[in-house]
Amino acid sequence: MDRKQSQLQVACARRSLFDQGYLDDQFIQLEHLQDEANPNFVEEVVRLFYSDSVRMIQNIEQAMMINKPDIDFSKLDDCMHQFKGSSSSIGARKVIKECSKFREYCYAGNIEGCIKTFQLLKQEHATLKRKLETYFQLVKEAGLAEST
Amino acid sequence: MESNGFSSPRNDSFPAGLRVLVVDDDPTWLKILEKMLKKCSYEVTTCGLARDALNLLRERKGGYDIVISDVYMPDMDGFKLLEQVGLEMDLPVIMMSVDGETSRVMKGVQHGACDYLLKPIRMKELRNIWQHVFRKKIHEVRDIENLEGVQNFQMTRNGSDQYEDGHVLCGEDLTSIKKRKDIESKHDEKDTGDYTSTKKARVVWSVDLHQKFVKAVNQIGFDTTSLSCFDGAMTSSVCLAEVGPKKILDMMNVPWLTRENVASHLQKYRLYLSRLQKENDSKNPAGGIRQSDSPLRDSAGSFGSRNSINLLPSDVSNGSYRFSGSSLVVHNEDLRSHDSDQKRLVSTPLAEPKRTLTVDVPNPCIPRSSQMEFGHPLAPPQSELDFGAFDSTFPTKYPWCGIPEIQPKKKHDPLHLNGGFSHPPLPGQKQHTRVHCPQPAPAISCALSLTERETGFPVKVKPSYNEYRSNANHVSSKDSAVDSIPFQTKTNMANHQPVEPISRSTSSTDNQGMNMNCITELESSRKNINLGMPLFTTLEEDLQVCWIPADCYTNPGLQNIEISELFDRGLIKDETVHLNDELRFDYEFYDPTEYSLIDQSMFIA
Repeated sequence: MDRKQSQLQVACARRSLFDQGYLDDQFIQLEHLQDEANPNFVEEVVRLFYSDSVRMIQNIEQAMMINKPDIDFSKLDDCMHQFKGSSSSIGARKVIKECSKFREYCYAGNIEGCIKTFQLLKQEHATLKRKLETYFQLVKEAGLAEST
Repeated sequence: MESNGFSSPRNDSFPAGLRVLVVDDDPTWLKILEKMLKKCSYEVTTCGLARDALNLLRERKGGYDIVISDVYMPDMDGFKLLEQVGLEMDLPVIMMSVDGETSRVMKGVQHGACDYLLKPIRMKELRNIWQHVFRKKIHEVRDIENLEGVQNFQMTRNGSDQYEDGHVLCGEDLTSIKKRKDIESKHDEKDTGDYTSTKKARVVWSVDLHQKFVKAVNQIGFDTTSLSCFDGAMTSSVCLAEVGPKKILDMMNVPWLTRENVASHLQKYRLYLSRLQKENDSKNPAGGIRQSDSPLRDSAGSFGSRNSINLLPSDVSNGSYRFSGSSLVVHNEDLRSHDSDQKRLVSTPLAEPKRTLTVDVPNPCIPRSSQMEFGHPLAPPQSELDFGAFDSTFPTKYPWCGIPEIQPKKKHDPLHLNGGFSHPPLPGQKQHTRVHCPQPAPAISCALSLTERETGFPVKVKPSYNEYRSNANHVSSKDSAVDSIPFQTKTNMANHQPVEPISRSTSSTDNQGMNMNCITELESSRKNINLGMPLFTTLEEDLQVCWIPADCYTNPGLQNIEISELFDRGLIKDETVHLNDELRFDYEFYDPTEYSLIDQSMFIA
């Protein structure tokens, strides 16, 4: 694939991420931060997010595992609040939406709602991860194509 | 940016190089923020834990300009961290969170956050964070000046105590002199009542209150020997690091005062001291009030415009000092223009010269005429503060001159150097009223003698003024005139704690500052007025250098016009006497006419 094509592919992949609502403006902010000093800044940030989110997801799951009557919704909310903040760092739009829904259920004390939402949340989280990995792969290839 | 005393190392290309400490438990955000801040050319340090952040801040005091912290953190509540940083380091803190609920934001503001950012944070939001640093600096300058002004003011006030002219000195009690203990307590209550009722519960640091504060601080942090040391500024600043608000509060034994009040006041006091110290080092007190020279003039001018004070003939016109009723806003502009030597007699901020500062209040800036006369029963054309007299001739040693420079250690004795002299040790009445004013005048000589003999507190009236001036310079705002004075007073205060904040107005410190300012004018060296307290104690009787602007004019016997008296006399407008936790004098309540002097010292706000 020649450079132009690679670049086109990257552009398309990127475009679709936005169009399909997976990413929001924050991602663009990260792209603006990328410079010569940090040529792979966006990718680094995304990786950091995903590695850290594992821990956060575990926290939430633990907080939900408790027997129904003893569930501490405020703690659950705090955990999710953290996770939401982290997700906002890369602009994971769909993930953030699920986080907000989850917090609403927490506020309402609806554990079933929380559990269901959390499942959706994890799905979105995983989907985005795949898409971004694909995207970064394309970027790398385009970069390689460029240098050739 | 201006380099008005900013200690930041990057004055030349501000805000580049702003030293930011970012605290967030989320590593992803930490990385992003670091990158964003670096792109803004700031110096970034990141921290994942609140405790680590506090340690870093403590280890490197003065090593950071601003802190950005997330609200949620695992080891410590972000708001708590915010409070701690504010109290210990007095740095601007920006909070951040993904949660933008009004209640949360409100909480942040209540705890002292200077801004609250919502995540995701945009770089453009971070670009402007330098404004918080800058703003704080400006306010510091003002505060210190206010403080000085207050002190000066107080000094003058005390002096004028004796003149019962119904000049109401700053609404606060004139307990500049120790003797007024009972008055003090009375005042305290009264203060409480009045102050709290007037404005929204802001603590007004009356002269008396501030003196108590300083006393407590001294007791905790200093040893008695240090009191006599003129190098008070140094000592005090050093010692202050050891004292804690709770301890001070306990010592002060003022029932209605809260720890938070003390803490914020302590912060300001620290700033004042450090500023004072800096000034001391750099400035060479040109001799107290040199005023008459330009500084005063200008300031006078500023006052002049508003007040009837006649600050130096030419100055008064400026009216930069807006005493009348409004916080003494000494227009720094004028002040600034003058040489920094002029210790800013902060007095200029004295309330508007409206009336000739009849108040003998140690208007720091009181244009000489009025100011200098301590003993003048206010009657004298106080208003004529002739600042012109502020020349260095003004014997800095005016004890009554609200020794602006009262060495820090001094507790704010009502002594206000000026106040002490309310009784005429000074020639004629010049009791402090003039103190502030650089009026070197005769009073000064008296003052000098007084001070000198007392303890050798060099009543440095000038320094404060000078300081003030320099501060004035720094303060860019025009209306910082008043501020500058207070500021000065503040510094003065540091020096001369003893100077009793006469002004009943707002913060005692302010008064003191004011007074002090006057005095400082007189005295070029800072050392002055250590007189402040130690001196005053002895001098109390004689000197009554009260800063109490108005009080000074009360009859000799009445050293400190009790606030109640003041109120009774209707001199003090209650509303002005609001608690001002910023040590601001509220001049509103001063009847301009009454307090020309007072106003000056009172400035503030």
